[in-house]
Amino acid sequence: MSKFQFPESIKSRPVYGTLKARPGKYHLMIADAEGAEAILHLHEQDAGLMAKAHIIYIPKGSNLGERLRAIRPAQYYEGPTYEAAASRIERVLEATHMGTQIYLTGTEGLMGQAMRACMNAGIPHTAIQTEHRGSVARRMQCVHCKGITEDVETDPFECSHCGLNLFVRDHYSRRLAAFQGVCIDAEDPGNVPEKVELYK
Amino acid sequence: MSAAPQRAKAGAEKIEVIVSAVLPLNDLVTRFEFKRKDGNRFPTFSAGAHTVVHMRDGDRQRLNPYSLMSDPADTETYAISVRRDDEGRGGSLFMHNNVKVGDAMEITYPVNLFSLDLRAKKHVFLAGGIGITPFMAMIAQLERSSDSWELHYSVRTEALGTYVDQLVSKYPNKVRIYYDDQSQSINLENLLDGQPLGTNVYVCGPKGMIDWVHKTAAAAGWPDANVHSEEFTAPQPGKEFQVRLCRSEKTITVGENESLLEAMEREGVDAPFLCRGGACGQCETNVVSSDGEFIHRDHWLEPDEHGNKIMPCVSRFIGKSLEIDR
Ligand code: FES
Repeated sequence: MSKFQFPESIKSRPVYGTLKARPGKYHLMIADAEGAEAILHLHEQDAGLMAKAHIIYIPKGSNLGERLRAIRPAQYYEGPTYEAAASRIERVLEATHMGTQIYLTGTEGLMGQAMRACMNAGIPHTAIQTEHRGSVARRMQCVHCKGITEDVETDPFECSHCGLNLFVRDHYSRRLAAFQGVCIDAEDPGNVPEKVELYK
Repeated sequence: MSAAPQRAKAGAEKIEVIVSAVLPLNDLVTRFEFKRKDGNRFPTFSAGAHTVVHMRDGDRQRLNPYSLMSDPADTETYAISVRRDDEGRGGSLFMHNNVKVGDAMEITYPVNLFSLDLRAKKHVFLAGGIGITPFMAMIAQLERSSDSWELHYSVRTEALGTYVDQLVSKYPNKVRIYYDDQSQSINLENLLDGQPLGTNVYVCGPKGMIDWVHKTAAAAGWPDANVHSEEFTAPQPGKEFQVRLCRSEKTITVGENESLLEAMEREGVDAPFLCRGGACGQCETNVVSSDGEFIHRDHWLEPDEHGNKIMPCVSRFIGKSLEIDR
């Protein structure tokens, strides 16, 4: 099973639910990796959705794309990375109208960035459904150099931009679609705790 | 002095005013304008706000909420439009029959329970009858900020179309009127279809209309957060009942034609309120004990709170005994 139960945390940490078919004129589904399974599950709930669905999928090495194609969404797009899909997502959002349902599923980085795009297009975040699937890696912002490091799997980690040793916080920014990483050895440079895998 | 309503206070702060104009608009609706007694300017308000008008009707004090409908940027004058309700509890009749230019009155600072979502890309207003009033202020505000809006306004007859002429001549491309007596009605499904992302809908009118808009929008996949409504419930008469106010150590009787809140005020109990229409939550009161049935008429409490809380501005009680924490 690709689902992970996140422990309870501070208020700023996003919480994810389980995708449910909702009434709508159009259904935009954005997923990466194992998120495909949540979409397949949605299809099991209500196969009728697919006639009005647009799936945007980033496989990230998984081979679930074929199965998504097989449920015959009205439109299907597969892209190598979120960045590659981003302009398409923006274009779709520009052309879409009220009555569109949004379904985001997969890693936190994917859901966060897609949610930001949806919010910028005028959809309230409370109306966007999410379901976490797959890796618990995080998209982190270094609060010092502001650089973003994708798919962080350990705590602490090294900022991929400035190289500082960063502590992984649950403090999340919806605007940046990233968690905050804070220098862990500022007071005693070099005194860096051993890396542990997130949630291990 | 601050305009901000304080928690658990009896109403927002008051402003002494003089009635500067009384303008009958049609058979049912009259517009009242106020200026400040001290000659100062009113605070600017955000469109959608209401004020509670204090009326001294003999030895009876009447407090009725009305939407401010003047231009929010006009700090010289506040205006409300009052629809005469011959079957109502008498507040609107008092305004129509007794209030004259030059009268001194008190009104509260504006309180907004129906504000515009200024993040919206577009605002769609749906008004039924006197429900037009908050939208008059909202339109003025949005025109000033050049935001996109449209109004769909349903009225009974041409003769009862309050502000119809003014709206249609000023904004011919943004306003559409529907006349009941000509069997015209808002085609809501059609209207909701194809609105740009980030559109917000606002409805003010009879309860049936509000429910219909919420339901139709939800079925069309609109998020709740994009559908706004304002519904003031006027307190309804009901059977007389007794209530023990345990903090004030008083037992009082709520008459047929008054609300629990009004009965407490009559007895000199300092009870909190803001909207007096079951919408703001300010008057929420804990029930200490009860033996009987509540008639909850507010839009505030959740169903699971119905046993241990009551909103005295609109809700009543039938039964043996009631004790509340006030
Ligand atoms: S005074 Fe607003 S809910 Fe009672």
